[in-house]
Amino acid sequence: MAKKDSFVNMVVTLFVITAIPAVLLGFVYKFTKEPIEQAKKLKLSNSINLVVPGASTAEIKEFNVMPETGKDSLTFFEVVSNNEIIGTAVQTYSDNAFGGRIVVMVGFKPDGTIIDNDVLEHSETPGLGDKASKSKSNWNSQFNDKNPKVFNINLKKDGGEVDAITAATISSLAYVDALQRAYEAFIKYYNSSDIEESKVIEEIDEQTELETNETEKGGVE
Amino acid sequence: MNQWKNFTKGLIRENPILVLILGTCPTLATTSSAINGISMGLATTFVLVGSNVVISLIANMIPSKVRIPAYIVVIASFVTIIDLVMQAYVPAIYETLGLFIPLIVVNCIVLGRAEAFASKNTVVSSFFDGLGMGLGFALALGILGAIREILGAGQIFGFELMNQGALVFVLAPGAFIALGYLIALVNKIKK
Repeated sequence: MAKKDSFVNMVVTLFVITAIPAVLLGFVYKFTKEPIEQAKKLKLSNSINLVVPGASTAEIKEFNVMPETGKDSLTFFEVVSNNEIIGTAVQTYSDNAFGGRIVVMVGFKPDGTIIDNDVLEHSETPGLGDKASKSKSNWNSQFNDKNPKVFNINLKKDGGEVDAITAATISSLAYVDALQRAYEAFIKYYNSSDIEESKVIEEIDEQTELETNETEKGGVE
Repeated sequence: MNQWKNFTKGLIRENPILVLILGTCPTLATTSSAINGISMGLATTFVLVGSNVVISLIANMIPSKVRIPAYIVVIASFVTIIDLVMQAYVPAIYETLGLFIPLIVVNCIVLGRAEAFASKNTVVSSFFDGLGMGLGFALALGILGAIREILGAGQIFGFELMNQGALVFVLAPGAFIALGYLIALVNKIKK
């Protein structure tokens, strides 16, 4: 039978019943911490490797660049092989998607040509907006090997050259917005000045290892 | 066998979704595809079995005035465990379900079984009750997810069946429509 409802009984019971799970969860957290980080790292390095082929064997320099528009900084992953930049993966975003924020990874050649691109995180409608993702359709391959300098990244209805996803104009617009933000920041960063560039690279040299930027992820979910 | 009954009643006769109509929030929200529905159902099954067993063990030691917060702590612990484990080992599924895993804490079925069954029955009975209810939940979510995936996206488990589906079934209204007809069908079969 249940214990008496005395004050002491209730306090002791609640204390014990919260203390035990607290300790247990501490162990579970410790045990899963490593795999969770591994999974995040693997996902990030996979997506970098997708948009800049050869990134897995090259050195990757990670740094943040503030875009002209938008409220959060973009993460640049500069892939350097034999002291030569073979490409830059840019983790970009748009807040105008149907389900809030969409996070896109896009790889640029040093001249600004898009190598490949894919969605990292999204909350678009299954069957409609999620076709922006490679796992659902090959829609986003239309950007591959296009240089935004000559290829107008805007939807056709806005005078550009991009086919929108059928019945998902808002998702397509957001995707295009994310790509534009990445391209503008990319061009501005590499054209601004060499002085700035050397400074940034020095800073990052210490952390050549690939790291997920936790602060970047805040508020994305 | 009594335990067999405890187990099977959750599958059809007292199916939490189709008969008791409990926990419809995750049901409607996560069943946009069959695999999502089944994953959500299995995660809930784990929590349900764990919390049922622990609560039936400790129910006698808890003063009745504080039993609800005590149960919730137990349930929340199991939810946090499954949350961390899924994040670590099945990150792809975790991404699609992400938000709804923590919400298992407030799933009516879990607290409902704790209060209505586990606190009054033995550990073994509670285990089978939790397992049956959980699998019944997973079954209902799987069926609902499959219906919506086939009708809405024209595919099942990612295999293309039709070119184009009726988009409404992927969206929220389709969830209500599909669930409504499913419940009606189960009611008809039961009679």
